[in-house]
Amino acid sequence: MAKRIDVSGLSAFYGSHRAIDDISMTVEPRSVTAFIGPSGCGKSTFLRTLNRMHEVTPGGRVEGKVLLDDENLYGSNVDPVAVRRTVGMVFQRPNPFPTMSIYDNVAAGLRLNGKYGKSRLNEIVEKSLKGANLWNEVKDRLNKPGSGLSGGQQQRLCIARAIAVEPDVLLMDEPCSALDPISTLAIEDLIGELKERFTIVIVTHNMQQAARVSDRTAFFNLAAVGQPGKLIEIDETERIFANPSVQATEDYISGRFG
Amino acid sequence: MSNAHSGAAGNGPAAGPAGSAAIQNRPAAPATGESSGSGPGPAPSGGPGSGPERRQSLSQRGLPRWAPAGFAAAGIVIGVAVGAGAGLQSRVQWGLIAVVAFLVISYAVTSAVENSRQAKDRLATSVVWVCFILAVIPLFSLLWVTVSRGMKVLDPYFLSHSMAGVPSSQAGGGVYHALIGTLEQVGIATVIATPIGLLTAVYLVEYGKGALAKAVTFFVDVMTGIPSIVAGLFILAIMLMGKIEPSGLMGSLALAILMMPVVVRSTEEMLKLVPNELREAALALGVPKWRMILKVVLPTAIGGITTGVMLAIARIAGETAPIILLVFGSQLINSNPFEGAQSSLPFYIYEQYKAGEVASIDRAWAAALVLIAFVMILNLVARGIARWKAPKTGR
Repeated sequence: MAKRIDVSGLSAFYGSHRAIDDISMTVEPRSVTAFIGPSGCGKSTFLRTLNRMHEVTPGGRVEGKVLLDDENLYGSNVDPVAVRRTVGMVFQRPNPFPTMSIYDNVAAGLRLNGKYGKSRLNEIVEKSLKGANLWNEVKDRLNKPGSGLSGGQQQRLCIARAIAVEPDVLLMDEPCSALDPISTLAIEDLIGELKERFTIVIVTHNMQQAARVSDRTAFFNLAAVGQPGKLIEIDETERIFANPSVQATEDYISGRFG
Repeated sequence: MSNAHSGAAGNGPAAGPAGSAAIQNRPAAPATGESSGSGPGPAPSGGPGSGPERRQSLSQRGLPRWAPAGFAAAGIVIGVAVGAGAGLQSRVQWGLIAVVAFLVISYAVTSAVENSRQAKDRLATSVVWVCFILAVIPLFSLLWVTVSRGMKVLDPYFLSHSMAGVPSSQAGGGVYHALIGTLEQVGIATVIATPIGLLTAVYLVEYGKGALAKAVTFFVDVMTGIPSIVAGLFILAIMLMGKIEPSGLMGSLALAILMMPVVVRSTEEMLKLVPNELREAALALGVPKWRMILKVVLPTAIGGITTGVMLAIARIAGETAPIILLVFGSQLINSNPFEGAQSSLPFYIYEQYKAGEVASIDRAWAAALVLIAFVMILNLVARGIARWKAPKTGR
């Protein structure tokens, strides 16, 4: 569980457009790494290259290496489906499957991947919902549709769905940007608990959130619109916010950007 | 931080000229709207518009709610009066005069009592209503004529007997053999066309890119426009080459050709409506693409897909030309669609009407009613399935 990610020389393309350029970094296991930076600088694109979701977009293409505990995700014999089972993802907008109940939503990843006994499935669903701090709110209505929950509950349902398949790494693409402060707090607390078991990478536009939840922070920027995004620096969160080594980081964090 | 402050301060003077310009404009407004006599209150903010005396309040004179009904009644009265007065024979002319009178009255009265914006709104609403009624009149008259004339001979006997040994001039006989034929031919066509159409649509939406997908889309569009007689001739050519006898199956093949593009088109549209987020959510769970399509995409779209298939069935259930060519028609009950001539409802209607006797024309109307009822039941079933399978949103 909880693997280290080593990225070296990674570039991602949409067709012929280079979206991110030559990124190298290390993501430590059992920690939270936050990505911050202006819109369009390639944070989300980079996040999606970490579980091979980038190539799902038409024209998406990746160059470079992503090592997950010494195994290259972009090796020639690697099955992207197996990668996505190991590296889970939570999206910006909560997206429970509308045709499925709460129970089926959590069990979806398992059911769609193989056979599990009923009692084993019950056990995993309960554990995942408890892990996502949602169990007490939904335990009486597991057979109701997942789309009937509030936005914050739906997002925690999506987190439960992602952790039910027991990934090693959990990627979160602005998981709180569509939520109110109370739901945001619930999810931030959850992230704090989940990092005991998973390697977590979170993209956020909220500087305070990055400061609150993350151990390390990476700052991305782009030279100009249409230019590829680059990693400016990655360091301990306290250092990034208190004393960054690059002037651009300080400008961005203090709101003096542009 | 200091930079940000200076930026905000810099905005101040920038906003300044615009603000002062607005202030300079203001004294002008009361000057032009002097007659309104309103003092220094909020009036200047609404000032520069026309008719300052009316703008003081947000409410305005309005027509009563029954006004549109009144205009319609007035329009009809004028239509009848002018039509009768001028001695016009055609009721259609009366109706057109009534429509024009209705539109003119509603525009004129509304612009006089309310204002020109409301009048335009009223005019557009009236035109929409007129078009709606024009579209509904033929539909209802068709239903009315079919039901009133078809009920004459429609009874359990009619539904359970064939035309075997019944001369066209005599009453009696029934539609059973044609009903069986329609059910079997349409059923086989559906069984052939639905899987092919469905899988083609899945290919186009989920997998297809490049030249092959474009070619498939193009040929599906071309197929949509194929007249049914051409599909019939195509199968007939094959039958003549292979020395195959007419049978229900041959008709089904032609119907399947007609049905396939409709299924592809409607399914494609429905699959495109499934949000990409759901696909990504499934893929990010490590689900293989084919399972994602099977377990997430298709169930989400199943309601719309069912409706599309049912509409395609409704379309082919009324086809006559390929049946005449390929199934040949029969007066006898033949429940084997793979051998021998069969009948079908549209063919039966054509045949009975062509016979020209009073009894046979009654039978044609009754068969038409049966066909309409068949299509309507299919539509109701489709709506039921769509509602039952639609993604649930309730709390």
